[in-house]
Amino acid sequence: MSENAKLPPLPTGTFSERAVAWSKKNLFDGWFNTLLTLGALAFILWLVPPLFNWAVVNATLTPTIEGCAEVTGACWGFVNANLRLILFGTYPYEEQWRPVLAMIVLIAIICGSLGAVKYPGLRKWIIPMWVVGVPVIGVLMWGGVLGLTYVQNSYWGGLPLTLILSSIGVIFAFPLGLLLALGRQSNMPAIKTVSVVYIEVIRGVPLITVLFMASVMFPLFLPTGVTIDKLLRAQIGIILFTAAYLAEVFRGGLQAVPRGQFEAGDSLALSYWQSMRLIILPQALRLVIPPTVNSFISMFKDTTLVVIIGLFDFLGTVKLALRSDPAWTKYYVEGYAFAAAIFFLICFSMAKYSAYLEKELRKGERR
Amino acid sequence: MSKPQHTPGDVRSKSLVDYLNDENVRAVLYQIIAIGLIILAGWYLVSNTLYNLEQQNISTGYGFLDLEASFEISESMIEYSAQSDYATALMVGLLNTVKVSVLGIVLCTIIGTIFGVARLSSNWIVRKLATVYVETFRNIPVLLQLFFWYALIPGAFPHPRDALEPLPGVLLTSRGMYMPVPVADNAYTLMGVAAIIALVAIYFIRKWAVKRQDATGQTFPMLLVGLGIFVGLVFLAYLAGGAPTEMSMPELKGFNIRGGYNISPEFMAVLIGLTVYTSTYVAEVVRSGIQAVPNGQWEAADSLGIKRSVALRKVILPQSMRVAIPPLTNQYLNLTKNSSLAVAVGYPDLVSVSNTTMNQTGQAIEAISIFMSIYLGLSLLTSLFMNWFNKKMALVER
Repeated sequence: MSENAKLPPLPTGTFSERAVAWSKKNLFDGWFNTLLTLGALAFILWLVPPLFNWAVVNATLTPTIEGCAEVTGACWGFVNANLRLILFGTYPYEEQWRPVLAMIVLIAIICGSLGAVKYPGLRKWIIPMWVVGVPVIGVLMWGGVLGLTYVQNSYWGGLPLTLILSSIGVIFAFPLGLLLALGRQSNMPAIKTVSVVYIEVIRGVPLITVLFMASVMFPLFLPTGVTIDKLLRAQIGIILFTAAYLAEVFRGGLQAVPRGQFEAGDSLALSYWQSMRLIILPQALRLVIPPTVNSFISMFKDTTLVVIIGLFDFLGTVKLALRSDPAWTKYYVEGYAFAAAIFFLICFSMAKYSAYLEKELRKGERR
Repeated sequence: MSKPQHTPGDVRSKSLVDYLNDENVRAVLYQIIAIGLIILAGWYLVSNTLYNLEQQNISTGYGFLDLEASFEISESMIEYSAQSDYATALMVGLLNTVKVSVLGIVLCTIIGTIFGVARLSSNWIVRKLATVYVETFRNIPVLLQLFFWYALIPGAFPHPRDALEPLPGVLLTSRGMYMPVPVADNAYTLMGVAAIIALVAIYFIRKWAVKRQDATGQTFPMLLVGLGIFVGLVFLAYLAGGAPTEMSMPELKGFNIRGGYNISPEFMAVLIGLTVYTSTYVAEVVRSGIQAVPNGQWEAADSLGIKRSVALRKVILPQSMRVAIPPLTNQYLNLTKNSSLAVAVGYPDLVSVSNTTMNQTGQAIEAISIFMSIYLGLSLLTSLFMNWFNKKMALVER
């Protein structure tokens, strides 16, 4: 069969003719499809106009309870009035430029790391970016040096906290997960057993139990007098949890590298670590970039669980704002919708990027 | 395996350096160091913990399980009161976890399959609607969804006094949903027994039918016969039990509704949240399962003259199942694990009851170890099932 024979015939006719042909094919193809189309249209008509009226037409942005009482639609005024509380939690009001700056730095590093897949020139900057960026974020958030006032991390909250918990979680879990994945592939029985047990136990229990363990049991583990605060405990819990999931992602990548590559390393008399660093890992990690981004997305969503152990992440601050004044409590739909929209934007765009990367990475294989 | 090389004339015995360069010796050494470090760290943590517990006057051990729990649990599938012991309380929690997980798994499979098939529909508008559903609900944290439903249900439905009645006997109120249930009767036990007998009978008939078809090619109307046996036997049992018709109807008495079966707002919030969230993942699994079967398989079945419905059942589904079942099991496990979020909306699941126990007794390690090992047990069982299933379903090539 020649290449041309596979191509569909070019569309002909005027725009309206083509539109009719298209809808005949895609919407009214047989009685069952027609029925489905009509049903779906009825559903959209039932759902969308009232939703639009509620969210836009009859809504208000007036940041007062009185203003909200006057309208029948959404009270975005609740979000408007409590925006700073929702975004930054109880971080001191005058200092809130610091979490903003920290967030910008963090997002820049994340984008830089993700962009490195597309632009190889960025690759050598990934590790320096994190090594410099994380302390910068720490200085901005904590302060206490360079003339910044000290802010205890019990005052941290909102979107910066969510971003920090999830990205620091993934960054620190990355090396740990890699070691666990290598351990699982190792032919030393003791090391293999330890890795397998760790990975399977952590993956077998819900994150909330790990967080409970971190918040209740960590203080017992430490010598008397040494305390670590709640945020750090949650962060350690998240790192330990994420590492087990990343280990499985990396294992997938390691298994996808053909055996010949391992043997090639051996035949060049490279040591285990040399052949890992120079031959295996560059190939394996490239393969696992999309699933790693997906792990990051689920970590980002799961970070909301720290609400249960009493931290005020982005979801926690929405609840805090709802409770700040009994009159606001009934506007929970607006509050949750705002939080959901932010979460959706971040997760959806990352998921799309991950899907795009998957396609990009497969280009080389197609040839 | 690079062993130190010696020339034949080399009479020098192996020095320590030679041993350290031997890969096998090194492997053993590394392992000893690793295990040693782990034991050291473990010993350090355990000794700290024991010392701290001693300082706080907390006795270790599971003896507290026999003590009186003295807290109420809002909903329970077994007999429970504040006078019951902690072991019973934890059992109530476990059963509640199982209840919401099983129902969630059934519902998310149904809804997920519908949306997964809809995403492959030839109908443009249906396809887009399904995509919007999947993309929206999978990208919003499940905890946020739980909070939302939990806030919505008491807010959106009226006080029990002016309950909504969408169907006769079904009441929707801010305290949850009420449904009429049959009053307990021996006939229902009898029906259960009949159902089990019917299933066993169907199993054996099916075995016989498959054997006969293999031998003679004759088909057997299994679906009709099976349905007949099941419905017939259960109905006979119902008649034999005296055909009870008494129902417990929910009614407003005083300020609350009595009678009927109550589905609490907490349960509804957890169930809806988990089902909606997980169904988006199930939809993706179903979609990829169907897409994984090449079109050529349909054409092959057609060219063998196999009926379309039979081809679906015997050719296409077994192949897409092979792709879909492992990730599906994973999603079921995720749903079960996510049901622990019930603690955030006050549904008394295993983690929530354990949490109360932990706060009351101070037995944090014991309580955490109990629910961790239960979840771990569930996961291990699932992995065992998956391994068995993968072996059964794996492609047998050459």
